[in-house]
Amino acid sequence: MGYPHPSDPKETVVLSKYFGDPEARTYDGWVKRGGYEALRKALGMTREAIVEEVKASGLRGRGGAGFPTGLKWSFMPKDVVKPHYLVCNADESEPGTFKDREIMRWTPHALIEGCAIAAHAIGAERCYIYIRGEFTEPWKVMSAAVREAYAHGALGANAFGSGRRIDIVLHRGAGAYICGEETAMLNSIEGKRGNPRIKPPFPAVAGVFGMPTTVNNVETLAAVPHIINRGAAWYKSLCLGNAKSTGTKLISICGHIQRPGNYEVTMGTPMKEILYDMAGGPPAGRTIKAVIPGGSSVPIMTREEAEAALFDYEGIIEQGSMLGSAGMIVMDDTTDMVYQIWRLARFYAHESCAQCTQCREGTAWTTRVLARILAGQGKQEDYQLLLDLAENMTGKTICVLSDSCAAPVVSGIRKFKDEFEAYIAGAREPALAAV
Amino acid sequence: MSVHSAHGGADTATGPYRPVFTGETRTRLEELFARYPTKQACLLPALWMVQEERGWISEPAIGEVAEVLELTPAYVKGVVTFYTMYHTHPVGRHFIQVCTTTPCNICGAEEVVRSILAATGCGELGATSPDGRFTVMEVECLGACGFATAILVNDDFIESVTPDKVPGILARYP
Repeated sequence: MGYPHPSDPKETVVLSKYFGDPEARTYDGWVKRGGYEALRKALGMTREAIVEEVKASGLRGRGGAGFPTGLKWSFMPKDVVKPHYLVCNADESEPGTFKDREIMRWTPHALIEGCAIAAHAIGAERCYIYIRGEFTEPWKVMSAAVREAYAHGALGANAFGSGRRIDIVLHRGAGAYICGEETAMLNSIEGKRGNPRIKPPFPAVAGVFGMPTTVNNVETLAAVPHIINRGAAWYKSLCLGNAKSTGTKLISICGHIQRPGNYEVTMGTPMKEILYDMAGGPPAGRTIKAVIPGGSSVPIMTREEAEAALFDYEGIIEQGSMLGSAGMIVMDDTTDMVYQIWRLARFYAHESCAQCTQCREGTAWTTRVLARILAGQGKQEDYQLLLDLAENMTGKTICVLSDSCAAPVVSGIRKFKDEFEAYIAGAREPALAAV
Repeated sequence: MSVHSAHGGADTATGPYRPVFTGETRTRLEELFARYPTKQACLLPALWMVQEERGWISEPAIGEVAEVLELTPAYVKGVVTFYTMYHTHPVGRHFIQVCTTTPCNICGAEEVVRSILAATGCGELGATSPDGRFTVMEVECLGACGFATAILVNDDFIESVTPDKVPGILARYP
């Protein structure tokens, strides 16, 4: 089907097959479409067999880090001596990314099924799905679906008569980008401020409530039932580029593009096809200037880099950026890059939890220096100042929020220096009032 | 927990405090206790309940939440102020959040903000209109970037907003 536009013939439609189909939201509608077969099958499998199948599929985390999912599951203790937990990260807040909300809005049972299978595979009886507070509609759809899943015996003390207890609890966030960082999320579930934790210990050792925990993204978990149903070999065969990137990936495309929305492609699809054939390219008469391919936290690509890249984890690294969450922000030739990099820095300054000095001070100072440049008060030394700040913000903090602020600044200065120069040289009208 | 309107309730800043966690709300809170191994973990949901009932989270409400969850008021306040969606002062009957982060920004979000500020009479961000009808805030990424500009009015997600659509949208919120 596709939402908000019909699926493109070049897409490989697996997760998004029922986007836009209201009947798929209901338990009966989902079962009619083959839903819950995978959960029944998985409940008859051992924990190890499920983990091995997911490992063999090559599935990697779809939230941004790309860590192999089966391997992550295998870090959970073999014997359940204290409670194990599954946490589903549905705190989708990475600018440019809006794929998990469509999974929850249109196919809530796909996520519930994925969570239940994963919970079984890691020996957990309870799964918390952490949904960002602003996602009011996904919350309502998910709440109704969880109620239905209990009523039909898919969840509860004896899931589908297997003797296994699987509970799902929805937990609503309250407005904090940083809670999408997995350890901040664990603190938030515990009723704390969303400050990321120092690792180790990793969540598989001491996660939520100090217990062994696995944190997986919505899209990752939604892919699991398909792997159980159709097998690891099928999933692994969905690969057009590097063998380390398998399966399909939902891509959110936004910004200056003719047909914004979500597209599902086989890993390794040329980015040029995605940008121009599927999404229709930039508005008429304009050309693409830059693309941020993986949510705002990854380096900015020039048009040439974007057009040359294969869309998978390795292909985008080869062109100097990262796949991240696959939230693609397209900027055309009308875009003021300095202004938008300042706006991104302001975002990170606003969202810093402020516990690490480099991040608290670095994001704020970066924002101020960029504002100064935009106000026509920039100096030649500001390039080095921004790069020094960025260096001190990279790899030195508890989580990667400050690294994420540094990425667009460094890549922006490197690739669009003439635009900074125009402000500093006074050749361009100031975009902000003097400070 | 349900997502009823968590905004624009009619709690009073004056007069004796009326506890939130009585009757049906108390029952809902106690049902939550079974879903978490600690009472502390019920803090975010409990704060949502307060905001749903009262429209904002007052100092006495912070005290009540602390008491029912066996925490200190200072601790609860620390959590309340970390999260941007909890209101620590009363807001207008309708609370409008406009996304102005990069994807919406490059599609004209700042013009949407200006037209909403003008049409509501709020004048500036964070202020409530003189008639008490609206409060307008900028918000960071609402996660609907393909449908810029995205706004939230109370709990209603409204997408693809342009300045010309603003009057029609506001008319739906008397």
